[in-house]
Amino acid sequence: MTGAESGAALQIKDVSKRHGDVEALAGVSLTVNAGECVALVGESGSGKTTLLRCINRLHDPDTGTILIGGRDTRSVDAVELRRSIGYVPQDGGILPHWTVARNVALVPVLCEMTDSAQRATQALEAVGFDAATIGKRWPHELSGGQRQRVAMARALAAGQKLLLLDEPFGALDAITRAELQRQLRLIRERERPTTVLVTHDLREAFFLADRIAVLREGRIEQMADGATLRAQPATEYVQRLLAFADIGSQ
Amino acid sequence: MHRFPRLAGLALTWVAFLAAWSVAAAPAAQAPATPSSATVRRPVVVASKPFGESFILAELFAQLLERRGFTVDRRPGLGATQVAFTAVQSGRVDVYPEYTGTGLLAVLHEAPEPDPARVFARVAGESLSRFGVRWLPPLGFENTYAIAVRRETATKYSLATLSDLARTAPNLTAGLSADFIERKDGLPGLRSAYGMSFRSVRPLGQAVKYQALAAGAVDVIDGYSTDGFIAKYDLVILRDDKRFFPPYEAAAVVSRRLQRDQPAAIAALTELSGRIDVATMRKLNARLEVSGEPVESISRSELEALGLLDAAASRSSANRSTSHGSFAQYMWDRRGPLMSAIIRHLLLVSIALLGGILVAIPLGLWLDYAGRAAEPAIRAIGLLQTIPSIALLAFMVPVLGIGVWPALVALWLYSLYPIVRSTYSGIRDADPNAVHAARALGMTPGQILRQVRLPLAAPTVLSGIRTAAVIAVGTATLAAFIGAGGLGEPIATGLALADTRLILSGALPAAALALAVDALLGMVERATTPAPLRHAAAERKKDRSQR
Repeated sequence: MTGAESGAALQIKDVSKRHGDVEALAGVSLTVNAGECVALVGESGSGKTTLLRCINRLHDPDTGTILIGGRDTRSVDAVELRRSIGYVPQDGGILPHWTVARNVALVPVLCEMTDSAQRATQALEAVGFDAATIGKRWPHELSGGQRQRVAMARALAAGQKLLLLDEPFGALDAITRAELQRQLRLIRERERPTTVLVTHDLREAFFLADRIAVLREGRIEQMADGATLRAQPATEYVQRLLAFADIGSQ
Repeated sequence: MHRFPRLAGLALTWVAFLAAWSVAAAPAAQAPATPSSATVRRPVVVASKPFGESFILAELFAQLLERRGFTVDRRPGLGATQVAFTAVQSGRVDVYPEYTGTGLLAVLHEAPEPDPARVFARVAGESLSRFGVRWLPPLGFENTYAIAVRRETATKYSLATLSDLARTAPNLTAGLSADFIERKDGLPGLRSAYGMSFRSVRPLGQAVKYQALAAGAVDVIDGYSTDGFIAKYDLVILRDDKRFFPPYEAAAVVSRRLQRDQPAAIAALTELSGRIDVATMRKLNARLEVSGEPVESISRSELEALGLLDAAASRSSANRSTSHGSFAQYMWDRRGPLMSAIIRHLLLVSIALLGGILVAIPLGLWLDYAGRAAEPAIRAIGLLQTIPSIALLAFMVPVLGIGVWPALVALWLYSLYPIVRSTYSGIRDADPNAVHAARALGMTPGQILRQVRLPLAAPTVLSGIRTAAVIAVGTATLAAFIGAGGLGEPIATGLALADTRLILSGALPAAALALAVDALLGMVERATTPAPLRHAAAERKKDRSQR
């Protein structure tokens, strides 16, 4: 799907979405280039998760369009679309009644790929596991950090070029989180997936993302790379956010 | 993933196995076949109400019919008058013993009337024209309310009639059943008809009344004129000289179907008309209630005494009666009927449960899909559970008649709630994170249901089925009251005869069966729950207890 190796892999154009009376997104536009990692940051209720879920059509926008590799997501069957996009939720969402290997093979099996077992093995090794040992284990035998790594392997096993991460390290302790952040950087360097990362942790965004979009009440307050954000915060809100995260202008 | 179809297959095999077994075991359970040429005809269904005298009369009918060459299907201990009379009206029962007074008051809902001949004429005429049910000429005795005193009391105050008693009543203490004290045709009526007023009145249960009278704790009791204890304690029944109590003459009540199809059976039954007087009936009741003799042998010897049976032909199984040995010996002697009762019981439960599963699981799934309607719908199904089982069974009779069908429907209805509830909860509460991830990664709703939600819900669904099964095993004992058989049959008969051993011979296997079914399904539950889910369930339990 995301055939383009460079240029705009993901284009979000003027997307709005209401949840009942709440305006979750109010005309958001942003572009993510192929291989780039964009972080969506903001407080809870800022619309960052809603925006992420609009990309793989877990939500459908009320207005606006989303293009992946130049194709309107609404022209593709939602189930087919989701199979082509990697997704890691905060808690991993590992299916408790399947082994690790079966979990990681989920999307390859859904896509009826003939080499799904092999793909699962490769994906597990890509996130630093010994596939032979971990593959046979049950989800309840894993630590929180291991679950998130399994979830990451599962998100990439079918060769997905677009990766959506929804607070992937939010529930982990500081040390495990740091380890996984390093792991994610390694993966990004090797596989170069186009990545959209939702986080409320600005430091994480600075560490992992090429560009950061600050969302507030359904609008993009500022979108820039880390250095620019630090040097020229566009609004007082961004400045406050930076100050809270202890990332001031030096 | 393919666990459900496999389980369903297993269940069907189980029911088929039970059915085959029950067919194979059936001849052993039935009464000895009669040497007759009438086997091609439809069996005559003979029923009774659940008390001793009714059992004896029905057995008299049954044995007489068998001697005259008919095949008989016995349905002893059918619920109450409503159940039995409706069954005869619909032709599901061909004959059972009933009382004219009951026909007048409980079937026709008319006011009491003192003259026995007029009551019989009225009841017989109305029953035939309105319901097609025929009353054969009365058997020869009345079973009405009877006021009894000790012989010494009768001698001392020279009592023969209720009018005599009214004079002496202020010196005497009465022990009466609670309903007799309240009923208009009980003590209040006696008071106004005879001006009867006792020194004091003590409410007493039926079981202790006779002992209390014999021991001298009370001087006067109410009973029934044919009670076996009257003979045992040598009591005097005071004549109702003002005919205050309505006449309750016993007679055979016969279905329209039998009148049409087998008039010869009617002729056979009529041979008993006018042959049993009140003293005889009292003696027969005493043999059952006081000595604990089996109904079959009482009836056989009485038919012999009446010259309606030739003695030679009937000696065959006359002595398989009261074994006064140990309870284990008693159970062993009854192993044949017991085994077929257990099989029938299991068959009832299995079929009802299978039907429950087939309806309730899809219903639970659909309710999850239906969303807001789910809770009210489940509560409505839950209301079914609050209907007392005996009432639900009674409701079934006018619609489905008696026998297996209404019992199956009632058991099926009871099985719905636990299974619907557990399916719905299991599906709804299936690990929401896992379900969310499955959807986000591109599983279709059908795949999510089959591959994620159902397997995750399976342990909960199975525990619901387990609950339903245990309830069904218990409830099925009540099915005997509407003629469905099973382990309730010895319980119902035993209750009617106050025969503890007979009650236990049904109750103990039923309890054991409930435990066994629970344990067995517990094993199935564990075997079909994969280790990781067992772990997850344990975690959830821990979470809850910590909260």
